[in-house]
Amino acid sequence: MKPITSVVRLGLTRGWIEFWMNALSLQGLIGLFLAPTILLALLWMFRVREVEGISFALLMLPGFLTLQLTQEGLMGVANKLAFDREDGTLLRAKALPQGMPAYLIARVVVIILSAFVSLMLVIIPGLFIVPSLATVGVSGFVTLVWVLALGFLALAPIGAVIGAIVKSPSGAVGLSILPMGIMIGISGIFYPLKALPVISEIFPVYWIGLGIRSALLPEMAAAAELGGSWRPLETALVLGAWAAAGLLLAPGFLRRMARRASGSEMEAGRRRYTQS
Amino acid sequence: MSKTDTAIQVTGLQMRYGAHVVLDGVDFAVHRGEVLVLLGPNGAGKTTIIEILEGFRGRSGGSVSVLGSDPEHADEAWRARVGIVLQSWRDHSAWRVRKLLDHFGKYFGPYSTDERARPVGTDTLLQLVGLTDHAHKKVGELSGGMRRRLDVAIGLVGNPEVLFLDEPTVGFDPKARREFHDVIHRLADLQGTTILLSTHDLDEAEKLSDRILILAGGKIVANGSADQLRKEFSDQTEVIWTQDDQRHVHAGSDATTFARNLLAQHPEGITNLEIRNASLEDTYMTIVQTHETTPSQKEGKQA
Repeated sequence: MKPITSVVRLGLTRGWIEFWMNALSLQGLIGLFLAPTILLALLWMFRVREVEGISFALLMLPGFLTLQLTQEGLMGVANKLAFDREDGTLLRAKALPQGMPAYLIARVVVIILSAFVSLMLVIIPGLFIVPSLATVGVSGFVTLVWVLALGFLALAPIGAVIGAIVKSPSGAVGLSILPMGIMIGISGIFYPLKALPVISEIFPVYWIGLGIRSALLPEMAAAAELGGSWRPLETALVLGAWAAAGLLLAPGFLRRMARRASGSEMEAGRRRYTQS
Repeated sequence: MSKTDTAIQVTGLQMRYGAHVVLDGVDFAVHRGEVLVLLGPNGAGKTTIIEILEGFRGRSGGSVSVLGSDPEHADEAWRARVGIVLQSWRDHSAWRVRKLLDHFGKYFGPYSTDERARPVGTDTLLQLVGLTDHAHKKVGELSGGMRRRLDVAIGLVGNPEVLFLDEPTVGFDPKARREFHDVIHRLADLQGTTILLSTHDLDEAEKLSDRILILAGGKIVANGSADQLRKEFSDQTEVIWTQDDQRHVHAGSDATTFARNLLAQHPEGITNLEIRNASLEDTYMTIVQTHETTPSQKEGKQA
């Protein structure tokens, strides 16, 4: 077997194994189910209310999904990278031939699977709680899939860069929670902001929210958006630009992180951990 | 690739961080199949040397060759020939021991050669480090000693030609230390693996090494087997005796003459006469104290 095919296979295997290990551990189960359970409980509470003829629960759902995706893509990725660096997972990968590419492939597999599952845990039960969700139709779900996928590609490289530059996992949380909070706050994903700050249109979160709303809400709801339109082309362009920029920039940061990983760095992490 | 007997060659190795000099012209070579112990106090630069040799750290100057390549620019095929024993603490804690060794072994499969089959079978490894009965356990459930033995197994999974171990027994209790030493002894007999191990424990250096390098103040200050070091750096001998219920000690290089005179002067009344060569510990303390010239080297990067 050629090293290049084996590295892809090793990465995929490793990702698959680690996803299940995590998913089946107590901590992993809590992490996976906690947020969806809370969101679903909220949907349940508001399932009969309607606003201007649209189910209130349906109106809430795009915000939840955007939040889930942002959380997974940004903080999840940053946190996992910082953890792997601190506990020596990364260093071990570095000590293996082709270990680093296999590690990164595995990481991508785990991140995508986790994001996919956590979104499905909201969407699938959501279909039963919010009956009007079932009327979205095929084209709506196609839109949902591409917006989620492209949105994830726009966010995950940012998370990777944050994870690569911070010193510790707590730093990763600190550095990702602030941009996350700001983007979510100004992007009108939970309540229609008639006058959104213009700056929100720069960030991917606004467009992810808009894209998901365009997929799930009835056509007439577009009237509440800026310009009274779903602007699908702009959504694709902005998210695509973020994804392209991120995918161009992130490898450099990851290489730098990999180059710097050493026993002494890990030892420093261990000392930080045991002292705190 | 050269077929020479030299596995590691280090010439004029320099490492400094700004004005702080960590390594100041280090030279040494390690033969194939040799067990070389890098001994020195904390902060002497042992970890720095090992990380440079592992290819995990750049250097400020000098040349380094491990298995014929410069570790800083070596490729993945080189990586497959080198084993590194890292000190785990939380990583891969959800993996089961056998599964982890199986998985890591697969990375080496493409680099297997007729001379050196890769990877080493998981069962062989488990037996070598004495983890056969714990193969089904999760890594996170292992005791500290077992975990470190797993670290050794992971370092060996690719059947390496050179194995690096940086302070492998820090924090071990005596039993774990003993078991670890047994593993290393078994290893050295296996396939002529070259081993470079660092420690600040003198006893350990004496037990494991074919040869000891003592590192102090960023330089190699002594190089030889435990016996050679003892002879070369200390001709001190102690003469100990009891006279009138009192214990006397005389230290010097003239033990035989001194004892002869002593007995001649006091034909009676001398009991428990004992002549003792300086211990390696005395030698080590002498060497290190002589060379501890840089007070700036405190606790820090090299601990």
